Amino acid sequence: MLDKVVVKHLRAFFNKNEALHDVSLNFAENRVTAIIGPSGCGKSTLVRCINRMHEVVPGATCTGEVMLDGEDIYAPSVDPVQVRRRIGMVFQKPTPFPTMSIEDNVAAGLKLNGINLARADRDRLVEQSLRRSALWEEVKDRLGRPGASLSGGQQQRLCVARALAVEPEVLLMDEPCSALDPISTARIEELLLELKESYTIIIVTHNMQQAGRCSDYTAFMYAGDLIEFGETRQIFTTPARRETEDYITGRFG
Amino acid sequence: MKVSPAQRRHDSYRKIKSNLMVGLTIGATVVALIPLFFVLGYLLSKGAASVNWDFFTKMPVPVGQVGGGMANAIVGTFELVGLATLMGVPIGVGAGVYLAENRGSQLAQVIRFAADVMMGIPTIVVGIFVYGIFVKPFYGFSTLSGAIALAIIMIPLVTRTAEEMILLVPQEMREAALALGVPSWRTTISVVVRTAISGIATGVILAVARVAGETAPLLFTAFGNRFWSTSLFQPISSLTVQVYTYAISPFADWQRQAWAGALVLTAIVLAMELGVRWMTRGSARVAR
Amino acid sequence: MADLAETVTERVAVPRTITRSRGFGVRSAGDRIFNLSTLALALVILALLFGLTLQLFTHALPSIRAFGFRFLISTDWDPSNDVYGAAPFIYGTAVSSFLALLIAVPLALGVALCLSEMAPAWLGRKLGFLVELLAAIPSVVYGLWGVFVLGPWLRDHVDPILAKYLGFLPFFQGPHISVSMFTAAVVLAIMVLPYISAVCTDVFRVVPQTQREAAFALGATKWEMVRMAVLPFGISGVIGAVILGLGRALGETIAVAMVIGNRPEISASLFMPSTTLASVIANEFVEATSDLNLAALVELGLILLVLGLILNIAARTLVYSATQRHFHKDKR
Repeated sequence: MLDKVVVKHLRAFFNKNEALHDVSLNFAENRVTAIIGPSGCGKSTLVRCINRMHEVVPGATCTGEVMLDGEDIYAPSVDPVQVRRRIGMVFQKPTPFPTMSIEDNVAAGLKLNGINLARADRDRLVEQSLRRSALWEEVKDRLGRPGASLSGGQQQRLCVARALAVEPEVLLMDEPCSALDPISTARIEELLLELKESYTIIIVTHNMQQAGRCSDYTAFMYAGDLIEFGETRQIFTTPARRETEDYITGRFG
Repeated sequence: MKVSPAQRRHDSYRKIKSNLMVGLTIGATVVALIPLFFVLGYLLSKGAASVNWDFFTKMPVPVGQVGGGMANAIVGTFELVGLATLMGVPIGVGAGVYLAENRGSQLAQVIRFAADVMMGIPTIVVGIFVYGIFVKPFYGFSTLSGAIALAIIMIPLVTRTAEEMILLVPQEMREAALALGVPSWRTTISVVVRTAISGIATGVILAVARVAGETAPLLFTAFGNRFWSTSLFQPISSLTVQVYTYAISPFADWQRQAWAGALVLTAIVLAMELGVRWMTRGSARVAR
Repeated sequence: MADLAETVTERVAVPRTITRSRGFGVRSAGDRIFNLSTLALALVILALLFGLTLQLFTHALPSIRAFGFRFLISTDWDPSNDVYGAAPFIYGTAVSSFLALLIAVPLALGVALCLSEMAPAWLGRKLGFLVELLAAIPSVVYGLWGVFVLGPWLRDHVDPILAKYLGFLPFFQGPHISVSMFTAAVVLAIMVLPYISAVCTDVFRVVPQTQREAAFALGATKWEMVRMAVLPFGISGVIGAVILGLGRALGETIAVAMVIGNRPEISASLFMPSTTLASVIANEFVEATSDLNLAALVELGLILLVLGLILNIAARTLVYSATQRHFHKDKR
């Protein structure tokens, strides 16, 4: 089983503040890897470095390598725009584009890049993406309605569909359920199990039970360092490090 | 704690004083609003009768004669304002985008300051400026120069509105588009500006309403024309200048028409203001 | 589900490579072009501001060289003899603006307090909207109304009262004329009031509710609460609003030109016609008899410009700091 994404000696900075201290980590293909840790431990920063979103913030930089199928995405000749087409992201807060309909939202990744499909192809893509994110049945009759007219959980699934429509290979999810109610959360978690057949999934979560339920591998981070990484079962039953055990048992965070 | 009679007297004095001051502020508001009703009232009473078919379709007649209308002035105002909008809005929105996208940069702060400062320049000074750079050396009084003067007044207004509206678009929206692999410039145009567009549009309408009512900058740029203006390089009439010319003239019939012109002008401007208020009811404050 | 995937994936031409074929740097050509374009458009604003100031200065140069500083204090404005002095206009602008503020500021403060403190929110918004309508009425319309309605009314009903009770002051002596400094001041006050009151209302609204509640908890009456909690907070903003109003009053051209009488002389009586910097430019620019005449008028415009710029900068600095301060103060 191959590693889809390999992080090597990654250090991330916000101006002079070092947010990630020399993190190295492998993400297996077609598996779900969860990143857990208390607030401020750098888990969001880590995933944002993986799809080169970290540098979007003014003053944010990083050093080290992130390999996608063996190619370093931080090589000087690499276009971050292309990286983000292969590594998609779903954010904590659902952000459907308010001026677009549901179907336009799903197709946004293509439309905004000037890729204009024939009507039939577009409709097929929209349907496929919405089915993949388990939203199709609920919205198939109102694809023309504004994206913002959906409930929170539905909006988040719309964002997943939107991310999937550009056919990424890796899907990053930064606390995707923290703004959602328990039922929507459960739907998204079910989704993960289906999606991992086709995608490599990296999910940041502050909810340990979610990590325990949904992921194959878990990484525990604390204060910018990777403390422990391994199979989820092992991490949660017999953690090797004392910090991990303290976190799992709720002693802090 | 027992309250002494002196204390009680003092308390009621305080209460009376407070009520008095409240009353004064209400009175001030009433006094401030009285002119509004009087101006609108007189406009209607003195101008309504003269706003007739002739007014909208006929041209001004020679000095001293009775009759005629302001057809060319009305069209002139539309032409000048339309042209000014075409010139001013792209510059204003573009500048607003730049300021919003480069918030921290020193240059952006200087430009933002310059835009603010420009808003306080008396408009007659803008007229002098355009006279000096365009009217005198080139074509003389012209529609184009009038439009340029109005555009100069519009630009800082549109810039600040565009910047404020763009900044209101949440950063998450931007990031969501970037994460889809959309290049930064495309994100700005197709997502950020597109989301802010209705706010920007209302700001543009307010700027249009503002310049439609301007007279001073047109006095020595567009100047005025008794006839139709057939080219951009000819002087052109406008409602504001026409009303001004008629109002200060000694001819009773011209003064009558001035009231009609003022009524139509005010109606146009207020319609735009009210339209914007109605459109933005309930949403975020429109940039001043 | 799987079968749909293949058919569409073939058609979706999403590039698979992440390396670009040419060019350095992280940003693509599209980004660079876009940034340069917006920068260019933004620089237009700077260019306009500098160009305007420079242009006015150069065209006023003949007059500046001919008259020097005397220009500012000389009362001789004589186009037929090519002699020019700005004193009557500076005086007229200063006095008309000052008077306008004298009338408008107390009223505007009252309006602002009423809207932000006294009236319930829904009423405050509606009234505030009406006050803003005052600002929307075009200048020439105020001028028209001023010439035919307000001026005569003031002359017939207000001037006699002022002359009767305050006639010992030179300001209220002399014949009563409908086009006068006094009429201009009143019209200016009406036009300037909505701007001052709008800014003051904003400044008062920014005062944190906790301050008001603290005052009430101490047993303050409504007015005492305003004095204790609202006014002290807003003082710099109010000053800024006043300066803003002053800047507006200075620059107001057409309405003033129509009601002030355009008499380039200084007289003590407010009932006499007068003139201002802006109105003389409006009246005489097109009929300028000589190059020096034009230059002198441009120099008047330059004075207006400089005054307007200074006042605007001062006002915005004060108002900005007033409305910003509270956000920082409340952050604990």
